[in-house]
Amino acid sequence: MIELRHVSKSYPNGVKGLHNINLTIHPGEFIAVVGLSGAGKSTLLRSINRLHEITDGEILIDGASITKASGKELRTIRRGIGMIFQSFNLVKRTTVLRNVLAGRVGYHSTMRTLFGLFPDHDKELAFRALERVNIVEKAYTRSDELSGGQQQRVAIARVLAQEAKIILADEPVASLDPLTTKQVMDDLKRINQDLGITTLVNLHFIDLARQYATRIIGLRAGEIVFDGPVEEATDDVFNHIYGRPIQQEELLGDLVG
Amino acid sequence: MSHPHASWEHRVKKPPVKKSRWIIAGLLAVVYIWAFSGVPLNGFKETALQVTKAIASGIFSPDWDYVYLPDGEDLLRGLLDTLAISILSTFISAVLCVPFAFWAASNMSEWGITSKTGKIILSVIRTFPEIVMAILFIKAVGPGSFAGVLALGLHSIGMLGKLFAEEIEQIDCGPTEALIATGANRIQILWYAVIPQVLPGFLSYTLYRFEINVRSATILGVIGAGGIGTPLIFALSTRNWDRVGIILLGIIIMITLIDLLSGAIRKKLV
Amino acid sequence: MSAHDMKSAVPSKASSLPRPKPPRKLKAILTGLIVLLLLAGSAIKTESSFSELFTGLPNMLDLIKEMFPPRWSYFDDITGAMLETIRMAIVGTTLGAIFAIPIALLCASNLNTIKWLSYPVRFVLNLIRTIPDLLLAALFVAIFGLGPLPGIFALTIFSLGLIGKLTYEALETIDRGPLEAMTAVGSTPMQRIIYSVVPQIQAHFMSYVLYTFEINVRAAAVLGLVGAGGIGHYYEVTLGFLEYDKTCTIILFTLAIVLFIDWMSTRLREKLL
Repeated sequence: MIELRHVSKSYPNGVKGLHNINLTIHPGEFIAVVGLSGAGKSTLLRSINRLHEITDGEILIDGASITKASGKELRTIRRGIGMIFQSFNLVKRTTVLRNVLAGRVGYHSTMRTLFGLFPDHDKELAFRALERVNIVEKAYTRSDELSGGQQQRVAIARVLAQEAKIILADEPVASLDPLTTKQVMDDLKRINQDLGITTLVNLHFIDLARQYATRIIGLRAGEIVFDGPVEEATDDVFNHIYGRPIQQEELLGDLVG
Repeated sequence: MSHPHASWEHRVKKPPVKKSRWIIAGLLAVVYIWAFSGVPLNGFKETALQVTKAIASGIFSPDWDYVYLPDGEDLLRGLLDTLAISILSTFISAVLCVPFAFWAASNMSEWGITSKTGKIILSVIRTFPEIVMAILFIKAVGPGSFAGVLALGLHSIGMLGKLFAEEIEQIDCGPTEALIATGANRIQILWYAVIPQVLPGFLSYTLYRFEINVRSATILGVIGAGGIGTPLIFALSTRNWDRVGIILLGIIIMITLIDLLSGAIRKKLV
Repeated sequence: MSAHDMKSAVPSKASSLPRPKPPRKLKAILTGLIVLLLLAGSAIKTESSFSELFTGLPNMLDLIKEMFPPRWSYFDDITGAMLETIRMAIVGTTLGAIFAIPIALLCASNLNTIKWLSYPVRFVLNLIRTIPDLLLAALFVAIFGLGPLPGIFALTIFSLGLIGKLTYEALETIDRGPLEAMTAVGSTPMQRIIYSVVPQIQAHFMSYVLYTFEINVRAAAVLGLVGAGGIGHYYEVTLGFLEYDKTCTIILFTLAIVLFIDWMSTRLREKLL
């Protein structure tokens, strides 16, 4: 369970990133966060695992405050939260398998990881994660030899190997073409359903949000302007979130569905 | 269009030449007059032409016997010694410069110390001539190759540290972010996100520095710090031009081969 | 974690794809072995030993102790030699740069299409670059005798090699457009160079000259060790008489001058490009 209590974030130059956000996210939910770029979607997601610091309020992960945590405690909380990025963030010059195993380092001592001595259990986890995203045959390929969609699937496998209970996906399909977008979103959805991993996804495309999410959170200028099940997110609601009618570029189009 | 030659002046003004340009030009002229007027042109020895001819003929009729002597100091052993000095000193500097590089890299400065101080230290090390360092090390460990190894090893830290730091400054911080998100600690982030990105660059620069160190190692013998330089200086002072010829030839061939080999490996790395 | 989680991570459909075998590590192991052998061989050949270093360190510390405080009054004696050092670097770099221009033009394959001319010139250029500056100086001292003149010649040759190579590589990457435009208006080769090559290359060229000048100042400071003029000569003088405090003055003076020239040259180069 993720709880955000009166969370605000203001930048040193006075700009408000987030303003008094209150949210409760239950285990197993698949949430799409939508809004114009600059509305604070990315800031919200990155606040949850403290890649960004908030200036006010508190965030609790399964009852533990990540806001107050530090050192080992903070790292242990982060270990339970997987993150997927728009630019994949793989180490391009190393193999797929090593990138996936990097998701396991939080579980082991520094010494052990320095020598790359992962237990067989970890390797098994890494291979199963790769199998789940259908890319196991590339395990020993260098990551930069893969296509964008394949790289994003490796990133998903990294999160699976991490055995995270929460996945934060920050614009996971923004640099992918429509076909691979569908594959990656299908992977995320299947993982959410099969393993019950709570998933928060920032999305630019409204139709994607409607198709995959169970709950939609609309952000405008750092504030929540809509929060409800996907059935309630009508066109009027989106017009309200965006402050203007939906535009063609905010729809992915026919490939979905 | 009745006065074509005069009308341009009114439409476009030629931009005036900047004052600073004149000042720089003036300064340069003064410096050059000072520099060239001080060159002593009467320092020629009458034997200059003769010696040049002797060295040239020495290169074309080298002392082949010197290439391998069964007992003792010959060309091959001198070159091998030179090579050994450069290999070992390059390795030492490549290892020792890594902490300096992280210190000097501006994107790693959250580690507590400012990158400026690291850059200054590297720049001072780089400026300290290797041959002077060798003189100091000879005082410590006595004349011979080991002094050369230490001097080159220490001196190379300056340049390698700077190059490594620049490589670190160019990394993509995405993987670092991803590793932070998995709950990795600092050393794990370094090992899994930073090192894999910089390693090929590090190796390539190390080979580049190795090429330079081979050149430097050939002259260390001049002050007694081992390598082929010692017999060369000896041959020069005893006017044994055929031997000078074969040593020069040996140095040129060795350096050319090293450059080719190292260049080929570097191309594969990046 | 555990058995339960492991179970749940099993894909729903049977894993039909076989897992790939890890690649052979033979190449990496062999490379590692060769590097280790080279290092061990080098250590034996150079008679390197940590124990010698540790027993030698006290000597070194004594030496450093004797170097401080530096004999500041020695500045007056070596200022002339330092000026000579800078002069050698300026003259050597300038002469080298001037000679480098025709050489670079001959080497650049997009300007000089006569292969039987460009290849030998490139070969000689590469040959020059294999010989270290101090070695050149030692040779020229043998030919011309002691003094700054052999030093200047050595720096000239060295600069020619470096500037020539950098410039011809830069020449080969220039934009062909202006060249073709000049050819189209019926220019001679010389006019083509002046109007379309020079404007494209001059900033780079100046930058290379400054860069070479930085290197040459450092080199000129030690050429004296082989008798080729400049401040390097005073190392032998002071070390020979065990006047380490004077040696320290030389080192600090050189450091200051070199760092100052580097700083100026870097700023100038930033302005140029």
